[in-house]
Amino acid sequence: MWYSLAFLGGLGIFVGIALGIASKVFYVKIDKRILEVQDALLGANCGACGYAGCAACAEAIVKGEAPVTACVAGGPTIHDNVGRIMGMEVGIVEPKIWESYCNGGERSERKYIYEGVEDCRAADKLFKGDLICEIGCLGLGTCVNVCPFDAIRMGKNHLPITDPSRCRACGKCVEACPRGIISLLSASDRILHFNTVEECLSPCRQACPSDIDIPRYIKQIREGDIEGALLTIKERCPLPLSIGRVCPRPCEEVCRRNLIDEPVAINSLKRFCADYEYVNNKRIPVPVLPDNGHKVAVVGGGPSGLSCAYYLRRLGYTVTIFEAEPKLGGMLRYGIPEYRLPKKILDWEIEGILKLGIEARKNVKLGRDFNLEFLFANGYEAVYISIGAWESYTLTKDESPDGVYLGTKFLEGASKGEKFDLGEKVVVIGGGNVAMDAARTAVRMGVKNIKLYCLEKRCEMPALDEEIEEAIEEGVNINCSWGFYRYITDNGRIKGIELQRCTSVFDEEGRFNPKYDPSERMTVDADSIILTIGQHPDASFVRPDERSGHLKLTRRQTIIVDEETGETSEPFVFAGGDFRTGPDIATKAISEGRFAARSIHYKLTEGHIPVIKRQKDLIPESQLEKLEGVDKSEKVKEKTLPPEERLDNFNELKETIPEEKAIYEAGRCLQCGIYCYNPYINPVKEKKKTEKKELSGT
Amino acid sequence: MKFIFMIVSAIFVNNIILAKYLGNCPFLGVSQKRDSAIGMALAVVFVLTMSSIVTWIFQKAFLEPLNLVHLQTVVFILVIAGFVQLTEFYVRKNLKNLYQALGIFLPLITTNCAVLGVAILCIRSSYNFIETAIFAFSSSVGYGLAITLFSGIRERYEICHIPRIFKGTAIAMVSVGLMALAFLGFKGMA
Repeated sequence: MWYSLAFLGGLGIFVGIALGIASKVFYVKIDKRILEVQDALLGANCGACGYAGCAACAEAIVKGEAPVTACVAGGPTIHDNVGRIMGMEVGIVEPKIWESYCNGGERSERKYIYEGVEDCRAADKLFKGDLICEIGCLGLGTCVNVCPFDAIRMGKNHLPITDPSRCRACGKCVEACPRGIISLLSASDRILHFNTVEECLSPCRQACPSDIDIPRYIKQIREGDIEGALLTIKERCPLPLSIGRVCPRPCEEVCRRNLIDEPVAINSLKRFCADYEYVNNKRIPVPVLPDNGHKVAVVGGGPSGLSCAYYLRRLGYTVTIFEAEPKLGGMLRYGIPEYRLPKKILDWEIEGILKLGIEARKNVKLGRDFNLEFLFANGYEAVYISIGAWESYTLTKDESPDGVYLGTKFLEGASKGEKFDLGEKVVVIGGGNVAMDAARTAVRMGVKNIKLYCLEKRCEMPALDEEIEEAIEEGVNINCSWGFYRYITDNGRIKGIELQRCTSVFDEEGRFNPKYDPSERMTVDADSIILTIGQHPDASFVRPDERSGHLKLTRRQTIIVDEETGETSEPFVFAGGDFRTGPDIATKAISEGRFAARSIHYKLTEGHIPVIKRQKDLIPESQLEKLEGVDKSEKVKEKTLPPEERLDNFNELKETIPEEKAIYEAGRCLQCGIYCYNPYINPVKEKKKTEKKELSGT
Repeated sequence: MKFIFMIVSAIFVNNIILAKYLGNCPFLGVSQKRDSAIGMALAVVFVLTMSSIVTWIFQKAFLEPLNLVHLQTVVFILVIAGFVQLTEFYVRKNLKNLYQALGIFLPLITTNCAVLGVAILCIRSSYNFIETAIFAFSSSVGYGLAITLFSGIRERYEICHIPRIFKGTAIAMVSVGLMALAFLGFKGMA
């Protein structure tokens, strides 16, 4: 027995000593920091960093192969700790937010009954899944299974829901989802996003020139998250107070509810959200990145310029706006009458934008006070030109007689409080919204006899029907299908106008090419005439001997830019807004500004601008012919001043809808996807549904 | 011919895990993913072969001459543990790539009963040195084959609808049983 014990003991001691020696002989020096970094990392071995587990990631960080922010799932605290071990300062890493775009999934009809492996990736392999909608959520929960942090669960509609407190934005679910429904977007990603043809876009989103995520903000209103809704709007539109008042609402024209009753009052809801901020006088903070050191100049402080400046500022750029007028706002201030957009509100909104840290220099005009060389010499790395289209067209080549006012000059003067000697009888020429604004401004100046003449037939008039009706209510006499023949003057002062019958405005190809019947003429007496027959930009700053000489202009004096990037033929000079499109709606100008901000951002940070397939026209497949299971409900209308109270004052015409009506109206939204919609989403109905569920549960 | 017979027998018929049921812990523990299962299989092949050879030498050189065969189990555990540790040191220092592939599996195997089992089996069957080496190698290949196949099955379970009470080890045990039954079909070959 002693013999055995001695042998075992001896063997034990021998092996111990041998291993001891071996550990010295084969000692491998390990960087102490690897262990420290490994301890500092999240320890989930999720693999989101791209390395096989936390140990490998720690090694890569210490070796300098991976940045200290490699642990994406870890977030800022872990980045800081790792940075401290490595002796490095960590910059700002923007938090990414989980988002799934699919609202439908189950709403789509099925091609077949799937009984295979419970995994979206497998299901997607079989004829692109069982849903007719080939981009909808299959609802088998692959994302739930791959999440290393248990942050995702399946909601009641078989759509994934995330718990933001658990989500570490590791990206496993994004990788796993075969439909690409899930994305992790930071605030800047959302700002830089433009609708593309591959996305699931509801008709309203397709029609919105600003690409606002309409169903999303309406849903947020419905859930009572008005601040969230406003932030959603501000991701795409920095001027919701103004746009909520002046937008001609292309979104509502395509709303699927048109097939049943009336569209959702999308713009009224936007105005409601914006007013929530204004009425409470509490600016809801928007995420702004820290300064990145790049300087950008924005020429023109209208909606487009403000939009570009706003988004660049949110991306961390130092932006200066150069404005020719004494105040910012462009056409919103000088082109849109007070009764539609009170200037007090516009001031408040612009103040909010400037408060983000944007400098505005006023009363300086491009071409008169400075030029492009000046901007680049002063350290501006890129320039966005959005000088608008302010020059009105005239009817004759010669100088117009006294008493003929140009539409933009008239509206600008009116908004500055200038006095006009209009006389008793005023004739407005033109059939667009500007014509209506001019006529209705004249009404408010106390003119009783206003006649409006336009080339178009009543149904062709470009002005909004609502505007035309309101103008008629205010006593404007609208006459269609009349074209200009000549002025009648008396000693250089206008006395009347002779008109001729217009037989057609557009030719077969849809181009503007009016035809007249000179045999049918009439003369109208007028003390003054307001011309609102279109505008063009004032491109007089373009001089051949300067850098601006490289810019290319069209016949209509609008600028030619690269459609995909917004960059002009001169590098680092971008242009947009009315200056590019000619007179267009403010929402479009805002979109142009944001697009330029995106291009400038990529140009200055990455050197080239990625090209995306932007969605511009309505997607034909998304146009449904009928809706099933949708009940009629009444549209909420903004309270309008009665016509007799509108004369001789500029009080705001419409009131913002109250909160309970906004929530009701939000409930009318069908939360459409590109092909699908929610028939039963009305708040009243939903309540009943949950009650029933509770009953059946007990 | 004898060796071929021995190899086929060790890999398929008398598979170390499916017929003798040795080395169950890593078989269930490291078979969730195919990549790690393959790593484990390679590590087992290496360690099992080497340790069987070392223990055979130890048996013949020390235990039998010194008449200490009753200490076999204890001594083998000590020797295998010491050997595996030593190998790890060596591999870490000199064979970087091998260490990266097998690194985390090597210490795990110290506790693998298949290693000890095969070592003892070789002694009991009175194999000579060559036979020991071949038997140990083919046994470990059989183990590697089983764990690799099994990990493939388990990966598919990840995406299957399995009743909750069966999830995890329960369904794994059931499947190992079915695999063992399937391997039983090789019985006629030897």
